[in-house]
Amino acid sequence: MFAYLVRRLAYALPILIGVNLITFALFFVVNTPDDMARMQLGVKRVTPEAIERWKAERGYDKPLFVNSAAAGAQQLTDTIFFDKSIRMFAFDFGRADDGRDIAREIATRMGPSLAIALPTFILGLFVTVSFGLMLVFFRATAIDFWGVVLCVAMMSISSLFYIIGGQWLVSKVWHLVPISGYGGGLDAPRFLILPVLLGIIGGIGSSTRWYRTIFLEEISRDYVRTARAKGVSELVVLFRHVLKNAMIPILTGVVVVIPLLFMGSLIIESFFGIPGLGSYTIDAIQSQDFAVVRAMVFIGSVLYIVGLILTDLSYTLVDPRVRFE
Amino acid sequence: MIEHGFQSVVLWTDALFFLLIAASVVGLIHAWRSPPLRASWQRVTRRPTGMAAIVVLLAFLAIGVLDSLHIRAALAPVPGKVEVVYATEVNSVLDLLLARQRSDVERTYSAPLATHSFVKENVERADGGQGRDYARLKYGGAHLDDPAQQRGDDLRERILHGAWLGGAVALAMAAVLGVAVGGPVKLLLGRTRLAWRAAWITFSVLAVVGGIVFSLAQGYHVFGTDKVGQDVLYLTLKSVRTALMIGTLTTLVTLPLAIGLGILAGYFGGWVDDVIQYLYTVLNSIPGVLLIAAAVLMMQVFIELHPEWFSTAAERSDARLLALCVILGMTSWTGLCRLLRGETLKLRELEYVQAARAFGVPPLRILLRHVLPNLMHIVLIALVMDFSGLVLAEAVLSYVGIGVDSNMASFGTMINAARMELARDPMVWWSLAAAFVFMFVLVLAANLLADVVRDAFDPRAS
Repeated sequence: MFAYLVRRLAYALPILIGVNLITFALFFVVNTPDDMARMQLGVKRVTPEAIERWKAERGYDKPLFVNSAAAGAQQLTDTIFFDKSIRMFAFDFGRADDGRDIAREIATRMGPSLAIALPTFILGLFVTVSFGLMLVFFRATAIDFWGVVLCVAMMSISSLFYIIGGQWLVSKVWHLVPISGYGGGLDAPRFLILPVLLGIIGGIGSSTRWYRTIFLEEISRDYVRTARAKGVSELVVLFRHVLKNAMIPILTGVVVVIPLLFMGSLIIESFFGIPGLGSYTIDAIQSQDFAVVRAMVFIGSVLYIVGLILTDLSYTLVDPRVRFE
Repeated sequence: MIEHGFQSVVLWTDALFFLLIAASVVGLIHAWRSPPLRASWQRVTRRPTGMAAIVVLLAFLAIGVLDSLHIRAALAPVPGKVEVVYATEVNSVLDLLLARQRSDVERTYSAPLATHSFVKENVERADGGQGRDYARLKYGGAHLDDPAQQRGDDLRERILHGAWLGGAVALAMAAVLGVAVGGPVKLLLGRTRLAWRAAWITFSVLAVVGGIVFSLAQGYHVFGTDKVGQDVLYLTLKSVRTALMIGTLTTLVTLPLAIGLGILAGYFGGWVDDVIQYLYTVLNSIPGVLLIAAAVLMMQVFIELHPEWFSTAAERSDARLLALCVILGMTSWTGLCRLLRGETLKLRELEYVQAARAFGVPPLRILLRHVLPNLMHIVLIALVMDFSGLVLAEAVLSYVGIGVDSNMASFGTMINAARMELARDPMVWWSLAAAFVFMFVLVLAANLLADVVRDAFDPRAS
């Protein structure tokens, strides 16, 4: 087990290096720092001095890979590549355009993001798996048919409309909860309930249908027929046999997402003004804060790789046949 | 508008779009000639949902095609000058058809079918004094002398007229289609082999709704106007092309990458497989939106700093749309690639491929003749399934500000603009509603078709 973990982590390193190279190429090779400075300072009236100052403020005034002006090891370390790319592996992301430390900002914003994402994920999983089981229980009846129709219809609605519609109905017409904002402590649920609810509703269509397909595949297996032949009731078959055996495909899709919950939901956080990582990313994209976007890309891929490893580990929990040797 | 002649303009996306349509037509002809493929397609067209979805998508496609035929109108000739000067503005055939909706710009918001503005403005009273009141619209319902009295009757008359028009078209279609499939009675009773009745019913609904909208649009803003007074119906119809482009052109990047790399990795294995797997794992591990955001940000800088490449604003927003399609394609080929790799791994071990190899058939020939055709059903299913996802993604990306150019009509920009209006009281709901209805119908049709296609082509589905 331990050896397996070490090996997986060793595999992860080249992938992170690849991610790093791609972001580096995107941000510093496709457009030079000069281009970015000109873009940010306004294309028309910009002096060479202003560009130099902009680059110096962000540490973009060094050479890309090799600093021939420096001596010794500094030739390689005093470069943009080392400063902006290699340091990321130590989670040192530098400063955002507003001068704040990105790593610290990320740490403080994780809380609100998780406060939204975790309940959405857990409740959403519960609701959609239950609906999926229900449709399978009523399979080949009108309930199943119209359930699937409803799922397809719900899948066809853009997530933006769920949020806009929910905000309008619940906050504006019924005045039940504030339209947006965030508060800590006892005040939090008032702000969280609507985004969580809308996050769940937005995912019901596609997830329910996905689980229904998985369960239907499982229910046509021989062991299910055997169980029924022995007189096991349909409900017990569903919960004790089908659900248990469908865990592998469910986990494959679900566990990868868990670490990414830290990243928050871009759209929901921005609509509800929640100071999490999702809205941080959107703000950075809109104000073209390249340092923040690069940091989020890196963190996102780290979390994704962690998710993949967790998925493999979770298989051992639900399926004793899976072992790591 | 084009009385002095015109010059046709082919934007990059237009050319690629028509290329794609031509390729699909060739593909369909090929499918018609090969019995197993024809049987699969007949399974699609035998299902009423499949047929209805195809008709709806064809209607959207027609709008997209009309909006992709671009021209520049010639300016009125100046006496004494011989050469013709063309306007810098690039218009599409759809623009010409909707000339009225395009040019009838009100001052600001107006509700659907309204005759008066939505907000109070300074108006001159009948007695000569000034005051704040709901002003008459410049174009909406301008033909009425006394809107309060006449509007209801006028609307009723127009709706009836439009429904009659649409009904007539639907009946004509029933006659034509009936002759083609062996008698109108057979068609209406649904006793045809393919689901022609579903197709006809869908067509009739579209024709009647279209007729009513057309008839109302002659005198009113059917979906109201937006903040700067533009007709929302016009904006919505223009958005259809953007959605179609994003949904289809992306495949031009996805397919070569996914098919080429997937087959190579699966067939050759070894270090080729390792490299390709590494490539897609790296791309896959970056959260999609972030990768797209990073690439779009860089593309924005690039376009901004090279204004000399684009002679008109249309070319510029077109370049941006194309770049967005390329970026979406670059980030979304990995899933299909992995599927194709797995399937190729299985095919490689089958007897007929082994036999071909034993006979010394070169690898490239084996891949093209024996492996690729047996993967095409996966490609087709993935294509149809991705389409709706891409249309939905466009809206989200434009909302985040990394979508299409902000002056290009798209569902995302419409929603984004309308979001601000929700805070108003009373609410401006019509542009959201129009974007919602069009997007919903488009994506729903695509999802339904995807289901039917998957059932028909996937050998595992029973």
